[in-house]
Amino acid sequence: MVTAQTSIGQKIYFKAFLIRNVEEKFLTLFGKGLLRGTVHTCVGEEVGQVAIIDALNTETDILFSNHRGHGHFLAYGGPVKGLMAEVMGRSSGVCGGIGGTQHLHFRNFYSNGIQGGIGPNAVGAALAEKIKGSDAVTTVFLGDGTMGQGATYEALNTAGLWNLRLLFVLEDNGISQTTPKSLAHAGDLGTRARSFGIRSESMEAGRVLELHALAKQLVADIRTQSRPAFLHVTTYRLRAHSKGDDTRSETDLEDLRRKDPLPILRASVVSEIGEESCTKQEAGILKRIEDTTDTCLKDPQTSYDDFISSWTRC
Amino acid sequence: MLNSYVVDIRKTLHAIMEEDERVVVLGEDILDAGGGGAFKATVGLSTKFPGRVITTPVCEYSIVGVSVGLALRRMRPIAEIMFGDFMSIGFDQVINHACKYSGMYNRQVTVPLVIRTPMGGGRGYGPTHSQSIEKHFLGIPDLDVVAPSHAHSVGKLLRRSVERENPVLFVENKLLYPAALFDGSETIRVARSAGTLGYESVRLMNYRPGERPDVCILTYGGVSRLMIPVLEKLAAEEIRVLCCLPGLLSPAPMADIQDAVEEARRVLIVEEGTSCFGWSAEIASRLYASAAARLAAPIATLSAEPTVIPAASELEDKVLPSAAKIENEVMKLLSHD
Repeated sequence: MVTAQTSIGQKIYFKAFLIRNVEEKFLTLFGKGLLRGTVHTCVGEEVGQVAIIDALNTETDILFSNHRGHGHFLAYGGPVKGLMAEVMGRSSGVCGGIGGTQHLHFRNFYSNGIQGGIGPNAVGAALAEKIKGSDAVTTVFLGDGTMGQGATYEALNTAGLWNLRLLFVLEDNGISQTTPKSLAHAGDLGTRARSFGIRSESMEAGRVLELHALAKQLVADIRTQSRPAFLHVTTYRLRAHSKGDDTRSETDLEDLRRKDPLPILRASVVSEIGEESCTKQEAGILKRIEDTTDTCLKDPQTSYDDFISSWTRC
Repeated sequence: MLNSYVVDIRKTLHAIMEEDERVVVLGEDILDAGGGGAFKATVGLSTKFPGRVITTPVCEYSIVGVSVGLALRRMRPIAEIMFGDFMSIGFDQVINHACKYSGMYNRQVTVPLVIRTPMGGGRGYGPTHSQSIEKHFLGIPDLDVVAPSHAHSVGKLLRRSVERENPVLFVENKLLYPAALFDGSETIRVARSAGTLGYESVRLMNYRPGERPDVCILTYGGVSRLMIPVLEKLAAEEIRVLCCLPGLLSPAPMADIQDAVEEARRVLIVEEGTSCFGWSAEIASRLYASAAARLAAPIATLSAEPTVIPAASELEDKVLPSAAKIENEVMKLLSHD
């Protein structure tokens, strides 16, 4: 519950806590054989995502997300039940269980599982808004792995060329599936967009309040100036690429866990509202996730007849 | 005097943009300052609708990808890909984006996108600017592949494509651009019908009403250019040919051709793309399933040789289907009892 007394830090913390625990629940369900397919979690990256997406007007702004999109979805305001049911393949999912984890849609939120392809799609969405005369900002989330795709640079070029209201967010977690950045990229990812005449900023996700303020400033400037911007966020992926084992050493992972912004943010929240109030709110979120899981497990899949009836048989 | 093929497309683009503010045209070199497109289909548009005609960098992946984003946000983009050969670069956007969003979001969005592109050889452009690669786009769920011949009301087919809520690949033909639209001659009758999914279907007949055809030729797009002289010549030899030119290639337009096949009982399928695993193979397999007992001869097919398309003129002529090759196939079909 966000009240007048709720600080930005609290708002970000409890949303990030929700995302963290929804995804931990997914991994648990996967382990029990109650989920299938793949689950790319953003564990460790939530705080940065919430800080950035809070800068958007989720009524009118547009968001394109990727294969690791649960956090973006919930931060945008997507329904917990709709997400969990979707990942679990139920008819009550936001896409009827047809899309699953990587293919989510809710209002102005769109995700797809192909690396790089959403860049030009986001350019098209931003161009549509420009032609319509709206001042909506489109945001597209990319990972450092996606910086290997040529499509990303086409999107930077056209967004800069056409003066679009488009925010590129590069969540740089330093690893693309199992390949470290050092084996994938030459030069500096954070400054590449500058050669397209696009304002670029870099920030570490752990500096939550500064990141939030920076995102707000960028979004405001994009809106008033009708120019794109590029936000390079250093962030940490604490879990494996997908379900399954991590290829990184335990020492490296330990090091990353120490940088996890969530417990650091929690400490500051506790200093504001006290341990008891924080734990109580957390317990409420955890109960909501448990209850939602139970409901989803009972929900049916979309009927085959409903599914197939919308397709032209070749 | 009827419009030429390209003028019909151009006039229709003007009319569609006039009528519907959601229509946006994008592609390479399409501004009037750049000549109005490599094949002049967009002449005049950028002057008349400056904000909605967008010249792009050389980035076919993005031309399609940006169009997908426009369509998702309820615009009606018409993208031009300068040469059909370059559709390979946009293929991922077609199959994994344009044709996925609606289905995977459980039909909560639509992607009303038209991609216009010219295929076809015969102009000496050589291996990478002469192909007919539409077969790689056939059978993709949610994608309509449409190919106007010069006997179609080309503009009407384009209008139908823009009306559709799903993505459409609109395959034009380079050699047809300057050709006058064909509406019959002393020898050849033209019959038009609404066709599968509302895409106009055309039949050419070189015999009198009430007569029965000896052969049915199924083909599409630029091959229509060869069909006129073939039908004229065979008429002189009293060989009655019913040529079906469906406007829609995929999903398979069986309703447009089934009765013609059953009436003629001898069938030749012609396509300009390379042989093997193409439109003709799919149509033939369906006809064997639905009409095998009615066929008087095995279905014949004719397509390009499975080679690169040579730049040298004599070689190019030999690789691609020609009027002589079509006549030869017809004669072989007639030799079956």
